[in-house]
Amino acid sequence: MTHLTDQKKRERIARRAALELYDGAYVNLGIGIPTLIANYVPAGIAVVCQAENGMLGVGPYPFEGQEDADLINAGKETVSELPGCCYFSSADSFAMIRGGHIALSFLGAMEVDELGNLANWTIPGKLVKGMGGAMDLVAGARRVVVTMEHTSKKGAPKILHRCNLPFTGIAVVETIITDLAVIRVTKQGLVLEEVVPDTTVEHVQSATEAALLIPAPPRIMAV
Amino acid sequence: MNKTVTSAAAAVADIPNGATIMFGGFGICGIPENLIAALVARRVTGIHTIGNDMGIDGFGLGLMLEAGMIASHTGSYVGDNKLLESLLVSRSFTINLIPQGTLAERIRAAGAGIPAFYTPAGAGTQIAEGKEIREFNGRPYLLEHALHADFAFVKAWRGDRMGNLVYRKTARNFNPVMATAARVTIAEVEELVEPGVLDPDAIHTPGIYVHRIIQGERYEKRIERRTVRKVPA
Repeated sequence: MTHLTDQKKRERIARRAALELYDGAYVNLGIGIPTLIANYVPAGIAVVCQAENGMLGVGPYPFEGQEDADLINAGKETVSELPGCCYFSSADSFAMIRGGHIALSFLGAMEVDELGNLANWTIPGKLVKGMGGAMDLVAGARRVVVTMEHTSKKGAPKILHRCNLPFTGIAVVETIITDLAVIRVTKQGLVLEEVVPDTTVEHVQSATEAALLIPAPPRIMAV
Repeated sequence: MNKTVTSAAAAVADIPNGATIMFGGFGICGIPENLIAALVARRVTGIHTIGNDMGIDGFGLGLMLEAGMIASHTGSYVGDNKLLESLLVSRSFTINLIPQGTLAERIRAAGAGIPAFYTPAGAGTQIAEGKEIREFNGRPYLLEHALHADFAFVKAWRGDRMGNLVYRKTARNFNPVMATAARVTIAEVEELVEPGVLDPDAIHTPGIYVHRIIQGERYEKRIERRTVRKVPA
């Protein structure tokens, strides 16, 4: 079993998540690992990234000296403009989210469960971040993809039979992409579709609380 | 018509203790920093604040929190303000956390004369508790009510003395909707111009929504997370 640094794990997840993109898609990349996906957009594909604070056409970080306090993404990081970008208010931004105009929403998670329930905004008594735009995004985007490390820092499973933490959304997650596997949420349960080359199906299952269905041999996940 | 007020201090002089105030901005981007500073200088108390977040420690709404001026807050995110986060974990502060899109739409509804609406955001979660739930096409939606305020503090890039406003880049965020939803909207701008200077086809907030406008005296425009690329050699 290869031991990867956190940085390598995050890159691996982002690289695989980028394969979910398609030409012409309008996508929302959440904070953290999802933000990295923009670095791995496959050649020949053009997507438009939305920032829910009010921008379509989010570009890469600006060159040193060109950062602008009026130009940030939803993670409050300075970004740049791509040609054809546009700005709008928070109300317009969430109208396009809620209205189903965003093809793909990539988010991080604290927990996901086998019904596609997602928890990512609070740990009662320990951590209060707020849901930000996550509840609207999971309710409105046409596909919700969770990108996260397969287990917690302490090695505890994050893909559960049922979430323990307060929900962000009910039955909203369609795909889970981790540093170990790609898992599809189906009516029958969680289907293990892809596994990274340096691990085994048994290891993925042991790191997952929910039972994984394997109707066909999992493919090797591109890393 | 001239809605110009001479200073930020004059613009906020009549705000009473216990007022409900909306604050434009996302993080510390596009925040009414001069109006906030003027209000902090007055030390009014018991303010009910409405804003996406509470900025960061030591700047923006964080200054009002630190000065003990805030009685409650309604917003969607608190994660970048350490003081607020610790107050919440110790349960010593009243906060109403709601989804960001629901926040924006409740404010929009208030300004547009719509008392309530149904949204799918938050259905089945703890924010649905106590709310009317109705199914449309087999899917549950929550009834959410319009969110009004006594005052709205908004920040624009340019404005004229009739109150027409133009925002710049992502500093627009919550400012335009908040401008519509308060009894008294106070705008601060980086550049105050005469009527006719701004392109009428490119006005973001029509002047009807703005009651007072000031030329901001000074803009710090801090950056919360400075992320950059190296310039290629």
